[in-house]
Amino acid sequence: MIRSHHLPLMVTLATFVLAYALCGMQYPSMFSTRVVANLLTDNAFLGIVAVGMTFVILSGGIDLSVGSVIAFSGVFLAVILRDTAIHPLAAFVLVLCITTAFGASMGALIHYLEMPPFIVTLAGMFLARGAAYVLSTDSVPIDHAFYDVLKDIYWKAPSGGRFRLIGGLMIVTFVVAGLVLHRTRFGQNVYALGGGAATARLMGVPLAGTTIGIYAVSGGLAGLAGIVFSLYTSAGYSLATVGVELDAIAAVVIGGTLLSGGYGFVAGTFFGILIMGLIQTYIVFDGSLSSWWTKIVIGGLLFAFILLQKGLTWATTTRRKTATGFATQS
Amino acid sequence: MTDDPRPMLHARGVSKFFPGAVALDDVELKLYPGEVHALLGENGAGKSTLIKCLTGVYRRDGGVITLDGADIAPHSTLDSQKLGIGTVYQEVNLLPNLTVAENLFLGRQPTRLGLLARRRMVTEAREVLADYGLDIDPAEPLTSYSVAVQQVVAIARAVEMSGKVLILDEPTASLDRDEVQLLFSVIRTLKARGLAVVFITHFLDQVFDISDRATILRNGRVVGTRLLDGVSQTDIVTLMLGRQLEARVHDRAPRTLGDLLIEVDGLAKSGMLDPASLRIHKGEVVGLAGLLGSGRTETANLIFGAVPADQGRILREGHEIRVTNPREAVAQGFALCPEDRKTDGIVGDLSVRDNIVLALQARQGWWRPIPRAKVTEIAEHYVKALDIRLASLDMPIRLLSGGNQQKALLARWLATAPDFLILDEPTRGIDVGAHAEIIALIESLREQGMALLVASSELEELVAYSTRVIVLRDRRQVSELTGDAISTSNIIHAIADEPIQEAS
Repeated sequence: MIRSHHLPLMVTLATFVLAYALCGMQYPSMFSTRVVANLLTDNAFLGIVAVGMTFVILSGGIDLSVGSVIAFSGVFLAVILRDTAIHPLAAFVLVLCITTAFGASMGALIHYLEMPPFIVTLAGMFLARGAAYVLSTDSVPIDHAFYDVLKDIYWKAPSGGRFRLIGGLMIVTFVVAGLVLHRTRFGQNVYALGGGAATARLMGVPLAGTTIGIYAVSGGLAGLAGIVFSLYTSAGYSLATVGVELDAIAAVVIGGTLLSGGYGFVAGTFFGILIMGLIQTYIVFDGSLSSWWTKIVIGGLLFAFILLQKGLTWATTTRRKTATGFATQS
Repeated sequence: MTDDPRPMLHARGVSKFFPGAVALDDVELKLYPGEVHALLGENGAGKSTLIKCLTGVYRRDGGVITLDGADIAPHSTLDSQKLGIGTVYQEVNLLPNLTVAENLFLGRQPTRLGLLARRRMVTEAREVLADYGLDIDPAEPLTSYSVAVQQVVAIARAVEMSGKVLILDEPTASLDRDEVQLLFSVIRTLKARGLAVVFITHFLDQVFDISDRATILRNGRVVGTRLLDGVSQTDIVTLMLGRQLEARVHDRAPRTLGDLLIEVDGLAKSGMLDPASLRIHKGEVVGLAGLLGSGRTETANLIFGAVPADQGRILREGHEIRVTNPREAVAQGFALCPEDRKTDGIVGDLSVRDNIVLALQARQGWWRPIPRAKVTEIAEHYVKALDIRLASLDMPIRLLSGGNQQKALLARWLATAPDFLILDEPTRGIDVGAHAEIIALIESLREQGMALLVASSELEELVAYSTRVIVLRDRRQVSELTGDAISTSNIIHAIADEPIQEAS
């Protein structure tokens, strides 16, 4: 049985299938594995960061710092590989530790100081971007043998598409995140927090640990996205990925996750990413459209999905009211 | 049953102080296994404070609580749950976005290889709920079931987690009759299983229906513990309200009634108030009496349109009028001083002056500001007329004492020159002196020909100023007292649903 909170996911899926079919009818080559492989590769960093954003939004929060954290991670990697002899793998671990700790401390501020996530992560956004500038204001190229090794790992489909490491990493991230959200106590606590923090506390959910964990996940995944982005571009630039946090939020919302928290699936975010990537691919195929049409279509989709969410919330609350009657508050 | 010498939970000498107030004073509560124990008292009697001390929301300031023979001092709700005290509140405290099974097992889900065993969770949930007489699909979202079912799920969760003491804090407040019976059958099952159940409600019938014993609190003290087999509802109401059943004859000069002003015909809202009808003349004070939750406040809110009514109509001087929101009510010359002045009344950070003219300005429309000089004149007039004590008209109203806030609130509505004034608990939480002044004010407004409707839990107060008293019980009008029949004892009898005695 399809439940009402599965409906946004279904709508997202249907939107993607329909859009892809329409694109494919116009340009049959869009069905090729090459296009599919590029869709995954090009959107890998965005997909990974959107997974973290899904955790945050499911819990009823928001994380504006992720775009800056990606840029910081990229610059950090570039600078450290240029100036020291550290092996990239060790540098990756270092980046993940820093960004996870950064996210965790934002989570701690949000919980213990009872600050709105919006403000705390806004401060985090400026901090991370500033730190990136301090490391370097120029675009620093990454030229390391190990990077070439990683970039050469791919699986070539029979029809020519190259499925690269970073695309695979994104898919693994989605699968693991799905498991964590649906099959662990931490994941259930994320949903519980989004359903109502006060109730969750009364039901014994450890609010502090959960909140800190959620922002740590988001920070850590932003770090991972930074690593992926540096592999993708072979450079670190402090002005890169400005506004990516907003793209990630858009992908999560288009994926059917309720902005007020509590309802949604990480699988929806995956299709949200694919829809956004598809629009870009279509514009490339068309060739005559301005790339700004991407933004316009995403804007339109966002509006449509917000209206859908509002409609669903409204439908469920009115249904509940008839069941409840009026609760006197004497 | 109270022969059993060892109670499941025994609280002795429990005290709790708040700044400037004693919330609990040397309270004793004994709960035996397999009994349903009602905790009764009016608002502010200390019921919720006692519950909060038991469940670890508050730390008690004195006294001993033993559970199953061992001293306990819970420091959080989670702690008290682990010790064995589970609580279910009026508002269902479960998560609407999770399924029934997820709610039931949140925090203690069955796992396999570190991952949640979702299928086993659903199977176990089904088994657990079957014990409570529920045959539902636990994989469905919680919100697809009625509040009564949700309430039973909450009880199941509390019992499965705790299993010694179950506290039910007004669990029936938003349930209809059949749903209450469903809940009661669950409570009886738990009683048979040997749990000690604390039942808090304002519905006396339900207390007598399900409970074995009752402890009655008043002003933070225990005024009595009774086996319910041997007492009448009157005894309990008397203990709760603390009035002696003496017949008091009032010196009630015959009052001439003015013209009929407001006629309320069958006003109702399902789940809130059964159809209520009343007529109010000019120069008349109609009192609304009843226990908390009996429909006092609800009646006031429905007439004022603060809560839209399902059915019924309101007539003003014989013509039907539309009152679906407070704006329309104000336009008809109605005014309402709400019960909870902190949340529904004053705007704490605005000055006294601005608070007083707020309603008048709102009625005029914001595009026609009242001149500053006029504002000051109005404010000064009422400050003088009502004897509001303040340092300056510009001070924020939250700095005034409760009585002065109440008077400023009254001034706000009097400034709109209403024909019909509704007061909900006008003397709640103010000191004795201000109390008398408010009562005198009500008298003088009546003499000026205003029609007043006053809801109050202070019976003596109602007796003092009402020309008629309407008694409510379980959201229904049960009786109307006029003239010499207005006495505290008659009101108490009406509340307890026993024959009215002739005033002696």
